[in-house]
Amino acid sequence: MTETRFRSILLTPAQSEGARVMSICNACRYCEGYCAVFPAMERRLDFHAADLDYLANLCHHCGACYRACQYAPPHAFAVNVPRALASIRGESYAHYAWPAGFGRLYARQGAAMAFALTLALSIVFFVANALVGSTATAQAAGFYAVIPHGVMVTIFGSVFGFSLCAMAVSAWRFWKELPVAAQPGAGRDAFDAILRLRHLDGGGEGCAQGGEAPGAARRHLHHAVFHGFLLCLASTSVATLYHYGFGWQAPYPVLSVPVVLGTVGGVLMTLGAAGLLWMRLRRDPRLGDPRQFPMDVGFVGLLLWVAVSGLVLLALRETPAMRFWLIAHLAGVLAFFLLMPYSKFVHGIYRSLAVLKHAREQRTPNPFGLAEG
Amino acid sequence: MALLESQRDAIGGASPDRADGALPRRINSDALRAPATTSARPTERRVDVLVIGGGNAALCAALSASQEGAEVLLLEASSRAQRGGNTVHTRNIRCMHNAPEDVLLEHYTEEEYLQDLLRVTRGRTDPALARLLIRESARCRPWMRQHGVRFQPALGGTLHLSRTNAFFLGGGKALANAYYRSAERAGVQIRYNAPVVSFARQGGRLAAVGIGRANDAELDEVEGALPLVERVQARSVVLASGGFESNLTWLGEVWGDAAANFRIRGSRFNRGRVLRQMINAGATAIGDPRQCHAVAIDARAPLYDGGIVTRVDCVSLGIVVNTRGERFYDEGEDFWPKRYAIWGRLVAVQPGQLAWSVIDAKASGRFMPPVFPGEEAGDLHTLARKMGVPVEAFLSTVRTFNDSVVPGTFNHAQLDDCRTEGLSPPKTHWAQRIDTPPFRAYPLRPGITFTYLGLKIHEDARVEGFENVFAAGEIMAGNVLGEGYVAGIGMTIGTVFGRIAGRNAAKWAHGVGRDGTVAGAGSRCR
Repeated sequence: MTETRFRSILLTPAQSEGARVMSICNACRYCEGYCAVFPAMERRLDFHAADLDYLANLCHHCGACYRACQYAPPHAFAVNVPRALASIRGESYAHYAWPAGFGRLYARQGAAMAFALTLALSIVFFVANALVGSTATAQAAGFYAVIPHGVMVTIFGSVFGFSLCAMAVSAWRFWKELPVAAQPGAGRDAFDAILRLRHLDGGGEGCAQGGEAPGAARRHLHHAVFHGFLLCLASTSVATLYHYGFGWQAPYPVLSVPVVLGTVGGVLMTLGAAGLLWMRLRRDPRLGDPRQFPMDVGFVGLLLWVAVSGLVLLALRETPAMRFWLIAHLAGVLAFFLLMPYSKFVHGIYRSLAVLKHAREQRTPNPFGLAEG
Repeated sequence: MALLESQRDAIGGASPDRADGALPRRINSDALRAPATTSARPTERRVDVLVIGGGNAALCAALSASQEGAEVLLLEASSRAQRGGNTVHTRNIRCMHNAPEDVLLEHYTEEEYLQDLLRVTRGRTDPALARLLIRESARCRPWMRQHGVRFQPALGGTLHLSRTNAFFLGGGKALANAYYRSAERAGVQIRYNAPVVSFARQGGRLAAVGIGRANDAELDEVEGALPLVERVQARSVVLASGGFESNLTWLGEVWGDAAANFRIRGSRFNRGRVLRQMINAGATAIGDPRQCHAVAIDARAPLYDGGIVTRVDCVSLGIVVNTRGERFYDEGEDFWPKRYAIWGRLVAVQPGQLAWSVIDAKASGRFMPPVFPGEEAGDLHTLARKMGVPVEAFLSTVRTFNDSVVPGTFNHAQLDDCRTEGLSPPKTHWAQRIDTPPFRAYPLRPGITFTYLGLKIHEDARVEGFENVFAAGEIMAGNVLGEGYVAGIGMTIGTVFGRIAGRNAAKWAHGVGRDGTVAGAGSRCR
């Protein structure tokens, strides 16, 4: 609480740079057609910590404004909106993380990733081996012969549950820094903008993909990951329903609903994550905050691992290699769950909330309806 | 292929330090081979059409000439990262239209456009060229779109222009980027860091030009010939290299010592070398060298490239005093478009070319946010000391002003009835007492946008005095703009005459035998 109040008075260096850049942008406004950040900026004359956290998370990091900027380096003003906002965004993930001390994991994403993976692998490996020959596995078939269903649910359910709680607290903290009252139609508009990634299109031409020519590939790849992820979530949900609702035990046939959903989702995630990873490595480094490289690459890499290992597991589930790939896949999933609140995963939460704030805000009159009068 | 292209972009891209040396893509290999030292004999090159300049007019000319099938070489004096001249600071183009068209509302007829032009130039315009400009302005936007330019509704704070002007999505730099991409795709050869430093005339033709060293791009004046890196022979040449506003020496010749306190709102590369050498070589000059478009900008603006953000938009909301603490002009005379264009000159004739726009808390939030914070104080006495103006004189000015304000209903959106009585100079609108702290003051200096001195052209954009030289953009703007300015017409002039110049330069190039009849070392003129 103290920290929050402190922050609202003093800006961090990244926020100071953001405020400096936004003040220049606010006097220029040439980019207002690109995305939501600039119309949101035009509703403000001063930029406080909460405003900057909001604007930073509203930015979808397409890079269009940097390429179009007459004040970009080598100009003395050295305006670089994507980088300034990326830095603030990274800090905001740490700032709003709960429990508070865990925000430090963002500063050491490489170590956090390694630790989470090791821990997850140890847990899964230990459980799988400890139960070899026990009654819990002896009567089960397929995956549950390696790790019984109940054990899986207990471990993954509790970690997932904790992560959801942690993210809910973070989301609440972010929201109440700058609450915006509900407006009719805003929720629907925000939902649409989030699902379509409306603000990742550089005003229609798409975003920087590595070179200077804009394109839609990055958005499409993100769609693949996002919707692939949702399909995998749906697959798990249907399987849970089968298990508890109908008493149908996994493994399910290839053409069953959970397997089809999981396969399509896995393929989409694999393609999307691989593409995004490839683009991230080739992206113009000036567009981002170099300190966030481990966070970006680690997160997308982990997603890729979860997707690929899941697909391999499906392909080999009738063979002795199943045991190895099950452990590999589950360790990846567990690491992902462990890190959810302390990884790049949270970008979706803050960005969605920022989009909702923006949709609400835009439905009220601009307090500064300025004209060059 | 596309991937390879963009990959190369990522590596060679526009990073400030690398871009300067970054090679233009998809150009003939011999264009790449500039000698490392200038002591060697300069490389020789031949092209159909040579375009000198790298802004909107130059790009429109290069694209049009290329569309006509000509081999085109474009010479941009700046680095790749700083390319585009004053175009990068623009954001709109004034277009005639008889019915609503996507981002353009209602209609803006040829007659109304012409009347606007006649009004601001007080008749100092070439009527035939003006009509040509206006008619062609109705036709250029589809072509612009074809080359990747995108339009958007009028920007916040510019709604009064939404009928007459189309705004570029992302502004002029986005437009220039789109044109450069399109030019690269079309095979136009682009050379950065390639200032043109000499011309060789042969009879009625410009036979060759000499490219100097990269650093020479920022020279004002030079004695004697500069060393050449390369000589280019061209069948025809398009001059689109802007005016001379970045040349402080030249401005000093015209404005005297005052020029030392001017700021240049645009590119540092508009040194006027091409303009002066062409005039010396026999091209007909047009326009008054003293005429320039100057606005009052924040005195803390950088010497070059301050662009739009350095404007100070609160003049009409308060009073403006000079360094003696005295008012000198009616701050409430008119709306932005007119006010904008006169205050540069008003400040230019004040002592030290410095003035202060002073407002009180009532003005806060009523004007476009300035990029530099104002001097702020809780009382006028402290403010005067922060401004460095004589305290008593300033306080007396404010007192006299406040006493002269008559009651009225303030309305910034119209010429309201808030005015002074018995004050000289008066403030005829938006006059409110300066009485509510905190008080703020913004320092003003003249900021030059562009100059009007140019080369006289014919309707085919051909420069008078030459057979194979065409001109577009600021270097010929004086043909239609004898003085004054109307928003967005600079981009219209560049686009319309750029296209005409490019087309006609290509036609001329095709009409001349390919046996090298234009080659040869003519006398170098400086």
